[in-house]
Amino acid sequence: MKVHAAGWTALVVLFAAVIGLQMIQANQPPLATPEGVSTNLLYVRSPQVLERTTLSFHALLADIYWIRAVQHYGGTKLSKEPNKRYDVLYPLLDLTTSLDPYFDVVYKFGSVFLAEPYPGGAGRPDQAIALLQKGLRTRSDKWELAQGIGFVYYWWRADYQNAAMWFNRAADMPKAPDWLRPLAAVTLAQGGNRASSRVLWTEIARNADADWLRTQASFRLNQLDALDGIDFIQRIVDEYRGRTGAPPASWDDMMRAGLLRGVPPDPTGVPFRLDPATGKVTLDPNSSLNPLPSAEHPL
Amino acid sequence: MKVIGHVAVNVFKESVRDKVLYNLVVFAVLLMSASYLIGELTAGQDVKIIKDLGLASISVFGLLIAVFIGIGLVWKEVEKRSIYTLLSKPMRRQDLLLGKYLGLVLTLIINVAVMTAAYYAVLAYFQAVSPPDLRASWPAPATDPALLTAIALIVLELMLVTAIALLFSTFSSPFLSAILTTAVWVIGHFNQDLRDYGATIPSPIAASIARGVYYVIPNFSAFDVKLQVVHAQAIPRGYIGLTTVYGLTYIALVLVTAVIVFSKRDFK
Repeated sequence: MKVHAAGWTALVVLFAAVIGLQMIQANQPPLATPEGVSTNLLYVRSPQVLERTTLSFHALLADIYWIRAVQHYGGTKLSKEPNKRYDVLYPLLDLTTSLDPYFDVVYKFGSVFLAEPYPGGAGRPDQAIALLQKGLRTRSDKWELAQGIGFVYYWWRADYQNAAMWFNRAADMPKAPDWLRPLAAVTLAQGGNRASSRVLWTEIARNADADWLRTQASFRLNQLDALDGIDFIQRIVDEYRGRTGAPPASWDDMMRAGLLRGVPPDPTGVPFRLDPATGKVTLDPNSSLNPLPSAEHPL
Repeated sequence: MKVIGHVAVNVFKESVRDKVLYNLVVFAVLLMSASYLIGELTAGQDVKIIKDLGLASISVFGLLIAVFIGIGLVWKEVEKRSIYTLLSKPMRRQDLLLGKYLGLVLTLIINVAVMTAAYYAVLAYFQAVSPPDLRASWPAPATDPALLTAIALIVLELMLVTAIALLFSTFSSPFLSAILTTAVWVIGHFNQDLRDYGATIPSPIAASIARGVYYVIPNFSAFDVKLQVVHAQAIPRGYIGLTTVYGLTYIALVLVTAVIVFSKRDFK
């Protein structure tokens, strides 16, 4: 009986000790990784090997690799490391799509992760295009993949000729939406202007099947509205300068002159900023719409 | 026939006594906890992943039961020496063997049926809580009845694995039977490679051997349509029919072999 009680006591004490030690360990600073050594490990790099060794569990393993890709992308994006690297992002996406070639979302999101400029993404539009083309080799009638390639050429390469060609190719595919053909025409004619950007983002906001992509499209549309708003107010400021010979010192001057009824806000409600020295209208630095796209990279 | 039924029911009761059905609890906990965690880990592919995970789990749990119980079906009777008592009764050896097989198949079917019910319950929950625009983006509803096609073929595959495990258990130790059954199952998934092997090697003899092995080894990859059903790809009825006939024929072949081996075995 005594032994029994002693056993239970030992069990409780040891269990508490294990938990306590683990708590102490959790508070220790992590060991430094040697210079040049990546912590992003890929145990298997060959899609062919992986395909064969997973027997009948391709789909499940594809899910695991997809989750790894999402975690790798999200973790690296949020990391404060100055030299952070998305070095296994493409191999992970490649393995995922080799295991499950019908996993549409991997092509769709994966290409966004890869194409987004560094440090927000891998900054590899070439890999984004390669991934989408791999998808098209399996599913040659999937218009979304061709549109995705056009999308990468449009935004991340500013190659409107190729973008229009891919939008047209997507438009030729079964079940392609009507707006692709006009989009191709607008891209070819006025590549990179706000009108074509608005068409593209509006369609994405309307048709995207993922919340974050719709949110991204709404954000881009708000940025476009902000750019239009800045242009509009800038014209009024210039009119004020034409009348008085000097830029307004503040929005109050504009209101007193009867040119504005109040302080103009951007689409998120944060007031635009007026530089009294130059009369230049910009977004407030605190606006969540920053940074606005630059002239050479117009959304 | 009545004898076979009695043996089968006893095998099922024994598996219940052996706590085999506990795996159902593990399955349910795994699926429910995964359903919660996956939403946090991935970008909006919860239903696809739950479908994959559920089908893979049904397959793995079933496989473990088929192999690890199948290999002990005959061996346990020999080890406990109860085989002498059994064979002294008015019962043919083949009745004992077929009864054992059907008992384990019954256990597997009940297991898979309960797992399927839990699987559909989780999917129905996802279907109910997902907003309509998200549901519209799915290639098929969460509770797509086509998933049952994949589950039916998993059951057929498990029935074949059980038959193979039973065959090995009639003449070898459980350890060896487990290794041999698993090896056949793994090789059976490489069948496609065996068929294509001939194109990659110059020797016509080696190519012929590989092709011969391709025809003899059970083609387990044929039973795998999980990827297709999850992506709402149509599985031709002809394919399902042919695979079913292939599976049942192969099971019959293995059982007949097992009966022959068992009937020739000397237990003295």
